Amino acid sequence: MASAPVIWRPIIWLTLLALPPLALLLAASWGSSGWVWPFAADETMQRVIAELRLPRAIAALATGSLLALAGCLMQVLLRNPLADPYVLGLSGGAAAFVLVGMSLGLAALPVPVLAFAGAMLTMVIVFVLARGRGPWSTTRVLLTGVVVAAGWGALISLLLATGPDASLRSMLYWLMGDLSYARLSAWWLLPLAAGVGLLWLRARSLNVMTGGELQAALLGEATRTRFWEIYLIASLLTALAVSMAGAIGFVGLIVPHLMRLLVGADHRVLLPAAALFGGAFLLLADTAARSLLAPRQLPVGVLTALIGVPLFLLLLYRAARIR
Amino acid sequence: MSTSTHGSLVVEDLSVRIGQVEVVRDLNLAVGAGEFWGLLGPNGVGKTTLLKTLAGVFAPERGGVRLDGRRLDAMPRRDIARRLGMLPQHTHYAFDASCLETALVGRHPHLNAWGRESSSDRERASEALSELDLLELAGRSCMDLSGGESRRLALATLLVQDPTIMLLDEPTNHLDPANQVTMLNVLHRQVREKRKAALMALHEVNLATCYCSHVLLLYGNGEWDAGPSSELLTADNLSRLYRCRVRLVDDGRQRVFAVAGGAGGPGEHSAG
Repeated sequence: MASAPVIWRPIIWLTLLALPPLALLLAASWGSSGWVWPFAADETMQRVIAELRLPRAIAALATGSLLALAGCLMQVLLRNPLADPYVLGLSGGAAAFVLVGMSLGLAALPVPVLAFAGAMLTMVIVFVLARGRGPWSTTRVLLTGVVVAAGWGALISLLLATGPDASLRSMLYWLMGDLSYARLSAWWLLPLAAGVGLLWLRARSLNVMTGGELQAALLGEATRTRFWEIYLIASLLTALAVSMAGAIGFVGLIVPHLMRLLVGADHRVLLPAAALFGGAFLLLADTAARSLLAPRQLPVGVLTALIGVPLFLLLLYRAARIR
Repeated sequence: MSTSTHGSLVVEDLSVRIGQVEVVRDLNLAVGAGEFWGLLGPNGVGKTTLLKTLAGVFAPERGGVRLDGRRLDAMPRRDIARRLGMLPQHTHYAFDASCLETALVGRHPHLNAWGRESSSDRERASEALSELDLLELAGRSCMDLSGGESRRLALATLLVQDPTIMLLDEPTNHLDPANQVTMLNVLHRQVREKRKAALMALHEVNLATCYCSHVLLLYGNGEWDAGPSSELLTADNLSRLYRCRVRLVDDGRQRVFAVAGGAGGPGEHSAG
């Protein structure tokens, strides 16, 4: 059985469509001050919801979708269902730049700008170094990315060891993935949806690319162009997510994996399913992270990893077909 | 495009080299509709490389290939894929998909970016699966297949792609004798009834004598011979090709080529 039986499909899709709005409602109602029904809240509470909870919730929704989509693309790119948006060192680059900014006290440059610059620089480094003269090589891209990531990791350790104690806590939170300062107006969901739509037009090409370079070329794809196109889009999506929320792990790994089990490996259904579920998943996790131990706030990355690791191990243990 | 060149693959002064191996030198060849070519040669002579060159995914040293009269290297891949398909030597599936979905991927070059497979495409895929005795496996994951089933699924995908020129890299790999015959019968029908052209690399000389109308022999060092099977498939040519003594055995009903093995070695074969 390649995916869930056909009769379950409508139920799966209704659930996937209903999840993001329900998660938004929950995020608006639940917080460190307890439960409030948002449509019957007093004026103060309404301001809290409109100015604090909703912008953060929308940022969580967008970040989750971006990570899940980037995960789908990275998995096609590396032809491996276990690839993850951070494998190629993008979050490492973003984190290193942010930490340099924090330790130098560069208040003029906001964290998202630094993070985006770091991720894009990593993208260019991997792109230039991995682009040998031979045919596209998954291994070469993977090796380049992993080594670049290790380099950023060393730089991050150096910064943490020598950085001022005052900024250590915010540095650590950012490294773990944190949505506390993420704000996004609802208008941002429009370009995101447009992006998903454009990507969706390429979905059948993605299916063909999973068969490998030779097979894809024989079925009419300009494989080299397509390969770097996927790499650029996946990097861009990851860079956006990292710049909003730091290094949140496991969403890009778990969500595509789960969705493949539910709706199948066809990217025309996988991409929208992953975008919907990834957004809802991260939003639910973030709502729990800021409310469960109130008034303390957990970095959401810790929670996604705590959910993600056992879930992933379980899926891996049960999956007979991953080779 | 004139009708005379439709469904044809014309090779002009083609020289192909991979590493130290000279695959062919100045190859001239025209593979036309209704012709089933066998590509024979010893291991490592460059059969796969030649097929890839003819498919436009490997650059030749000199010369070129024309597909329906157009230069292959000047055609977009999508245009090539609608006319020419190839069964690669290995297929590897990295993600779970059903066999029907895998076969349907063959429609890719025929659909627009926003196009979806129609019901006739699905019918075509089911037909291809049933032709290769895979219909019961339509809903099974492509990652759960045996080597032989996987091979037949790859050919089903090629049939769904429906190109007029089919390049086949050892299609009978991993197949038992009955399935080898099934597969070659399917290919033979495609060539005969649908007026397609096929060029197939294979190791079984006797399958070539049964199915191929023409053969291309690669001797190594760039030397080659091409022509009708009846003229070229002789014990002498095959002995030269495989660098071991091959003889023709005729029991009155079937003529088969056999390697004259044994401890005596080549050249010492007794006239028996």
